[in-house]
Amino acid sequence: MLKHLTVISGKGGTGKTTITSSFAALAENAIIADCDVDAADMHLILQPETFETTDFYGLKVAHINKELCTDCGACASSCRFDAIDKFNVIDTCKCEGCAVCEFVCPENAICMVEKKAGEYYCSNTRFGPLVHAKLGAGEEASGKLVSDVRRRASELALECGKDVVIIDGPPGTGCSVIAAITGADLVLVVTEPTISGIHDLERVVQVAQHFRIPVVVCINKCDINMDLSQSISIYCKNNEINVAGMLPYDKSPVDAMIYGKSVVECFDNDFSSKVRSLWTEVNSSLSK
Amino acid sequence: MKIAIASGKGGTGKTTVAVNLALSLGNAQLLDCDVEEPNCNLFLGFDLKKQEDVTITVPQVDSGKCSLCGKCAEFCQYNAIAKLSDSVMLFPKLCHGCGGCVLVCPEKAITEKKRSIGVIEKGTNEQFNIELLQGTLNIGEAMASPVIRQLQTHMDESTVAVVDSPPGTACPVIASVADMDYCVLVTEPTPFGLNDLVLAVDVIRQLGIPFGVIINRHGLGDNRVEEYCRVESIPVLMKIPYIREIAVLYSKGIPFVEHMPAWKENFREMCRDICEFIPYRGLSQC
Repeated sequence: MLKHLTVISGKGGTGKTTITSSFAALAENAIIADCDVDAADMHLILQPETFETTDFYGLKVAHINKELCTDCGACASSCRFDAIDKFNVIDTCKCEGCAVCEFVCPENAICMVEKKAGEYYCSNTRFGPLVHAKLGAGEEASGKLVSDVRRRASELALECGKDVVIIDGPPGTGCSVIAAITGADLVLVVTEPTISGIHDLERVVQVAQHFRIPVVVCINKCDINMDLSQSISIYCKNNEINVAGMLPYDKSPVDAMIYGKSVVECFDNDFSSKVRSLWTEVNSSLSK
Repeated sequence: MKIAIASGKGGTGKTTVAVNLALSLGNAQLLDCDVEEPNCNLFLGFDLKKQEDVTITVPQVDSGKCSLCGKCAEFCQYNAIAKLSDSVMLFPKLCHGCGGCVLVCPEKAITEKKRSIGVIEKGTNEQFNIELLQGTLNIGEAMASPVIRQLQTHMDESTVAVVDSPPGTACPVIASVADMDYCVLVTEPTPFGLNDLVLAVDVIRQLGIPFGVIINRHGLGDNRVEEYCRVESIPVLMKIPYIREIAVLYSKGIPFVEHMPAWKENFREMCRDICEFIPYRGLSQC
């Protein structure tokens, strides 16, 4: 049975991609989905060779045919998103594609048009298939793109006979995070012992629990503040969350990144051996 | 003057820059628009008072009037309404509050009610001499942009407003930087930092906002970010060094200008530089 593991962090920059790229190297029969579609970085380490590209259409946006428009203003006064100005020009950044303007226009001057908002790709890497995406600058509907990347990754996993989809998730707690964790078998939250790290950990754990998804935690940069690492461990214990690993503050992930490698490929040091045991622990939680 | 602090990627130091800049300027507003993870107050510890809820309208169906025609479900672009064989089912969390279902219902069976998706809070503190405004998206809610837009209605045009934006380049970022006078992009000198900076620059250029870069953790990684800024003629406004002391202060929630006061002048100087990049606006506001 295909399993889905999503790596999230609440806060950005805690080391999600460092850990996920190492998991890609360590997992034997996995497919990787880079669902941090806003700031996709996995390709910098996995150097994918793309064999399939799909256009991504987000929400439709309204388009006004100026020849039919009589400037009656019905569209602007019905728009709840302030997306139509007094000259009846549509601000496509604000338009949420609800189609109310199309419905209220007495001249049938408005239609909803599809707009390409990005692309997603299936690629081969040295660690197996990768599904990843590029959202156009400033485009909407990143949650929808996350869902498309995940769906394609699951299909590809079945086609190639893989057992696990490892999903690198986005930061935050909103739309795209919800899309990245929905239906996952396990969420790994990567956190760091800073007060913002703890705050964001608590919020994102609540999101996972809200959707009833089991959680394990990894504390990265644990030695930068041992007191707070201890507090995180206590918080996890009180919430019956397994701390699957603790990684030290170390430059080797950045050095590996500069070589375009995952840290477990590049270095055989304390940090990479701790990442290996983290994977063993997470993989066994996932198999339960 | 309105300055947004943004970055393609999370964890580059946006909140650090926003908080330390506001503290260095004094007499400023700080707006925490990272409503999915508002962190500014972790460094300030203000006593925040709730100003208001952020609400969106969601439909409710009068089953007595509903004829199960299904027009509402057919119209809804967000799949927030489903017609079943004997009832209409609503998914309020998918609803964007456009009001379209109310308009299309031939039986006038749909009305709207308000639903809270987040909260706006405010705090001040005599010692720090700044006003903090914070928006927080409720757990499990998807739509950050309405919270950001409502938070920005509290902006005071007569003073300097520093906006801490969410990470990424999608809708919430656009909502927080769209009406700003200047945007500071915070990055770090690593391949990830560069990749995400290039994406962020693309967005800010499309919005037509003047911008510059702060390199955080300078000394880590390599020179490619600086090289990129040079080639693209993007001003590097400041470099914050990669030193353990700043990381440790950060971990404890202490704004580093409080322990390293010389940096306050660096931030003020940066703000003066920014004013020079903004056309038709005087220095008087800095």
